[in-house]
Amino acid sequence: MGYDPQNPMKDRITDIGPPHYEKMFPQVIKDNYGKWLYHEIIQPGVLKHVSESGAECYTVRVGSARLLSLEFIREVCDIADKHCDGVVRWTTRNNIEFMVDAEAKVKPLLADLAGRGNRFPVGGTGASVSNVVHTQGWIHCHTPATDASGVVKAVMDELFDHFTHMDLPAKCKLALACCLNMCGAVHCSDIAILGVHRKPPMVDHEAITGLCELPLAIAACPLGAIKPATVKLDSGAEVKSVKINADRCMFCGNCYTMCPALPLADPEGSGIAILVGGKVSNTRSGPAFSKLVIPFLPNTPPRWPETVAAVKNILETWAKHANKYERVGEWAARIGWERFFELCNIPFTDKSIDDYRLAYDTWRTTTQFKFTSHIK
Amino acid sequence: MPKHVTPLMDELEKGPWPSFVSDLKRQAEKNPQCWDIVGQMELSYKDKMTHWKHGGIVGVFGYGGGIVGRYSDVPAQFPGVAHFHTVRLNQPSSKFYRTDLLRKLCDLWEKHGSGMTNFHGSTGDLVLLGTRTEELEPLFYELTHELNWDLGGSGSNLRTPSCCLGKARCEWSCYDTQAACYGMTMKYQDEIHRPAFPYKFKFKFSGCANDCVAALARSDLSAIGTWRDQIRINQAEVKNYISGANKPNGGGVPGKTGFDIQKEVIALCPTGCMWMEGDTLKIDDAECTRCMHCLNVMPKALRPGLDQGASIMMGAKAPILDGAQLGTLIVPFIKMNPDGEFEELVEVIEKCWDWWMENGKNRERLGESIQRVGLPTFLRVMEIEALPQHVKEPRSNPYVFWRDEEVPGGFERDVKEFRKKHAQ
Repeated sequence: MGYDPQNPMKDRITDIGPPHYEKMFPQVIKDNYGKWLYHEIIQPGVLKHVSESGAECYTVRVGSARLLSLEFIREVCDIADKHCDGVVRWTTRNNIEFMVDAEAKVKPLLADLAGRGNRFPVGGTGASVSNVVHTQGWIHCHTPATDASGVVKAVMDELFDHFTHMDLPAKCKLALACCLNMCGAVHCSDIAILGVHRKPPMVDHEAITGLCELPLAIAACPLGAIKPATVKLDSGAEVKSVKINADRCMFCGNCYTMCPALPLADPEGSGIAILVGGKVSNTRSGPAFSKLVIPFLPNTPPRWPETVAAVKNILETWAKHANKYERVGEWAARIGWERFFELCNIPFTDKSIDDYRLAYDTWRTTTQFKFTSHIK
Repeated sequence: MPKHVTPLMDELEKGPWPSFVSDLKRQAEKNPQCWDIVGQMELSYKDKMTHWKHGGIVGVFGYGGGIVGRYSDVPAQFPGVAHFHTVRLNQPSSKFYRTDLLRKLCDLWEKHGSGMTNFHGSTGDLVLLGTRTEELEPLFYELTHELNWDLGGSGSNLRTPSCCLGKARCEWSCYDTQAACYGMTMKYQDEIHRPAFPYKFKFKFSGCANDCVAALARSDLSAIGTWRDQIRINQAEVKNYISGANKPNGGGVPGKTGFDIQKEVIALCPTGCMWMEGDTLKIDDAECTRCMHCLNVMPKALRPGLDQGASIMMGAKAPILDGAQLGTLIVPFIKMNPDGEFEELVEVIEKCWDWWMENGKNRERLGESIQRVGLPTFLRVMEIEALPQHVKEPRSNPYVFWRDEEVPGGFERDVKEFRKKHAQ
């Protein structure tokens, strides 16, 4: 049978959801679901999980580029078929995990991976830099202020040894978002690379009538910087358009999301900001936002040397000075941010002083609380 | 043979980290449109700008999400990527895959698309990157009929839920995250596929406070596993850590010196609720806030308690528009019972949605709605008694929004009566 373009709704199947997770499990996972007792990291990138039943699961973690071809995925399938009974998994941070049920199977798997050029770097466990959570950038997005895949490649080439070795005080989670929409949720990362714009949007008066709902474009601005305006085109015709109050613009790009006639990306205006000290887990100090420490670095493809150097400097300064288990933000909080700027040799500017709004800081934003008598 | 000269892209084939450029070129031998991806990317590297346009609305019949439209702004130069829409597939919970299914997916996408993917999008979907409008319906037909697989969410709807790997391979998971994620995904298929919300809404499920899916940072509703009884202690294994027989942190944080339980565990406990009595570790569990640090450092010796469930945090989001928010604690503890179809969780979800669908403004995330009306109002909506657990500290301003019914006699008064006693 197959799809019939003349009759697209025939035999239509909808709302069936994803494949059921249990059908995807390897036997050792199925047999020991909910029975895991403890784990060890026997070498960088290799985890050993031990079950109450005595069963063991060995996991080899491999960094990936996230942007993957089908030929590459088929190669992953070949490896999983050869070593892992035809099962593989991906982590939240774009790593591939190959699992085997006996220690003797680990060595052949590692040897196989090592024999495939640079495609399967093993690491990303414990006190190492994580693979970089990131967004699309110039490969597929319409609003980016920088690229994603290329910046990540350049940064990870430089930090490679910190991915394959557990030589840091604690884990260090890196993330990149190519604009303030933050599809990559970089606002809680140890070191975040964020694409930012610095020029207000241009107004394409010729096109705005056909492309945008003016009230939506005006309402899109959180600071009221967009006002309605009547504009005379070169043709002499008058159209209803908008004008931008540049003094009020904070370059968030939300107007462009709502109205394609307000482009703001620019080769010189757009670039990268560095934010540090964020954390998601509730361990010790609780979750925290990343803080802006470098307001702007230029877009310098293909290797972004300024950004790579900035990330490396912060990472290695932290690694040198922090206590064991201390994440970047915990270290900065202990020594004080003024000392952070001094040790990292990063100039402090007024751009790091918050002049936006948000006053909910007395609400509890951690799972840390006590079961006192109030909770029934 | 390469179709374009791409010296800037070629530079990214060097170095020890896997190269997406080499990978694109490899796929281009089978899917020639990949040459145009590399070509357009090279142009972006020269211009320092993207060359993709705003999407426009594309999709499959009956769904309002799952496909994101994308077009090149230089289609004459790069016809292979003139249309380059994204297809979001709902990933299996916690991203385990059998290779037979993946291979079928590869065949499908080779036939109907560019051959490039993201494993995975940030929300969790398996992303198929780049196809033409006319391919969408045939692709969807084969996806549902032959692979029994459905699309994920996009737009103002419930986005594809995601979870940590939970009980599948972790000793800390305090509830069955996969079952919760899959259960809610199936229960709310309509909300995923047909946008009816003021804006996007995200669920994420983490089995413990380590929060490996970053639920607390980015989901409108996160269920984070916890317990309300005592940490289980294996004193023999505690001694093995102290003696050096066990490696702290499973060997993940190699120290320069030997393990020091006082320095690495007891002194780092945020509540100071642990101490040693001789060689026995003591924990005052009533004072513990279950941050996971001690369990992380000594996984063989310490395990979560047995009275397990989840804390519900709500309103997290990235900065656009009113600034980033972390999830705020709304329900300190619920049981997460798969056999009861997570009824306590469902009650929380639906109470919230009923209110938010009525009261949320266009493109306002839940966290922003809560900010706008205030946390006390939202707690009343949720029919949850205000608790000291809801705040880090009490408010420091005195601007209480007393309500009419809370003040004896109410707000209605007679100014004439007032004037009889108090001259103007």
